[in-house]
Amino acid sequence: MSGLGNGRRVIGMRCRECGTEYPVQATHVCEMCFGPLDVVYDYDAIRKRISHRSIAAGPPSMWRYRDLLPLEDEVPVVTLGEGFTPLIHAERLGAELGLRNLYLKNDSMNPTNSFKDRVVSVAVSWARAHGFETIGCASTGNLANAVAAYSARAGLEAFVFIPSDLEPGKVVSTSVFEPNLIAVRGNYDQVNRLCSQLVETYPWAFCNINVRPFYAEGSKTLDFETAEQLGWRLPDEIVIPIASGCQFVKHRRAVGEMVDLGLVEAGSRLPALTGAQALGCAPVYNAWKEGTETVLPVKPNTIAKSIAIGSPSDGSYVIRIARETGGVVEAVTEEEIIDSIRLLARTEGIFTETAGGVTIGVLAKLARAGRWKGDEVVVAYVTGHGLKTADAVAAAPSPGRRFEIEPTLKSFKESVNI
Amino acid sequence: MARRRVRLIFGRDLVTEPVIYHLGKNYEVVTNIRRADVTREEGWVLLEMTGEPDELDRGVTYLESRGVRVEPVEGDVVE
Repeated sequence: MSGLGNGRRVIGMRCRECGTEYPVQATHVCEMCFGPLDVVYDYDAIRKRISHRSIAAGPPSMWRYRDLLPLEDEVPVVTLGEGFTPLIHAERLGAELGLRNLYLKNDSMNPTNSFKDRVVSVAVSWARAHGFETIGCASTGNLANAVAAYSARAGLEAFVFIPSDLEPGKVVSTSVFEPNLIAVRGNYDQVNRLCSQLVETYPWAFCNINVRPFYAEGSKTLDFETAEQLGWRLPDEIVIPIASGCQFVKHRRAVGEMVDLGLVEAGSRLPALTGAQALGCAPVYNAWKEGTETVLPVKPNTIAKSIAIGSPSDGSYVIRIARETGGVVEAVTEEEIIDSIRLLARTEGIFTETAGGVTIGVLAKLARAGRWKGDEVVVAYVTGHGLKTADAVAAAPSPGRRFEIEPTLKSFKESVNI
Repeated sequence: MARRRVRLIFGRDLVTEPVIYHLGKNYEVVTNIRRADVTREEGWVLLEMTGEPDELDRGVTYLESRGVRVEPVEGDVVE
């Protein structure tokens, strides 16, 4: 592939399956074999300029890792200050689970309170730089929030497709940014098919379709930050929620890049990458359990809607990567999701959405099954804020302590045993 | 003319049935297989379908009526 040595960090795109190369363009599927396309970087050029010092000199956001993102220096990025979220040493949760070095990457601290801000910031920046005037997505929540917010910030038109039966309350945090909100009368599969056809019809940048190769690159910044916040070392294991699986693939890419570029100690062992799903939508877990890479679609039926992808584009790659790195794929019940949201809140003061409940649920399940000895550095990615799915917790009886009293000191003393 | 890139997923019962042949023969749909993995137990085929939009819809309906799961190659995109 040509382009080396011209100062550009991105030199093209390549099919993950057959290796066919393409110039940079808004497309996600190889014309030859329909395999997924990945961005190709000029690592020789990047190696010469990237260092701990160059990164530390960057902004306190995910854009400090710009050398490993698909936007050239001259491109103005669309940012709301995403990334560089807290990495918390979870001592109390760790004590419950027998893990002395448990860390939580709290990505609910992003501008629209989910991990999606990372990928959408990259996608919208890339799209604007490449002449797109309209951003699109199909979403029931987090992705819609981020696309609407970043499109507003960029001054671009946004089209957000949602199933028409989505509760009005769920769209407030999207509609406030005034995108074109298209409520489709149809089931989930029909909304999916419509979006695939729209991409072929309109000159739009559809975040997780035709600009997916660039969009997905943004997820690598979670791993770069985690390593930097650990003093430039890789954890032993990372627990990651799985939706389409395309982010999981990029986490593997990110840890590989850090080793190859010398950002972590030479010879560092790759972290085990472990995937978490809800049993109510567990196509990747099902395949893992069966020992196959053929991921059969399922009909989602779970409260963890933000990761409920019944037909995951990258499911088979998740299985390969989990195997390669020594990770596993595990799943939890709806009850375990709720219990885990409460466990995290009770022990660490973090309120996560249902997808976070899946991640913490799988972490807890594996810990209790004796997966770790206790000193391993384990990181869990908490990808969204609890207020996004507060209904899920509100619907279940709360074990919290509540007292109803008269407005007198006497009543307080009688009711509350201190 | 429009085109669709789809992933067809077959169960064991359909592995030996020539559904793609029937799709091309009975509907005005041009088919082009790009990649496939078929075993005795199950199989998937990545297929390009070209034709008028209504005819493509009819072709997909036919495949589904035979028990084939038809998915866009990009999988689910409603996140």
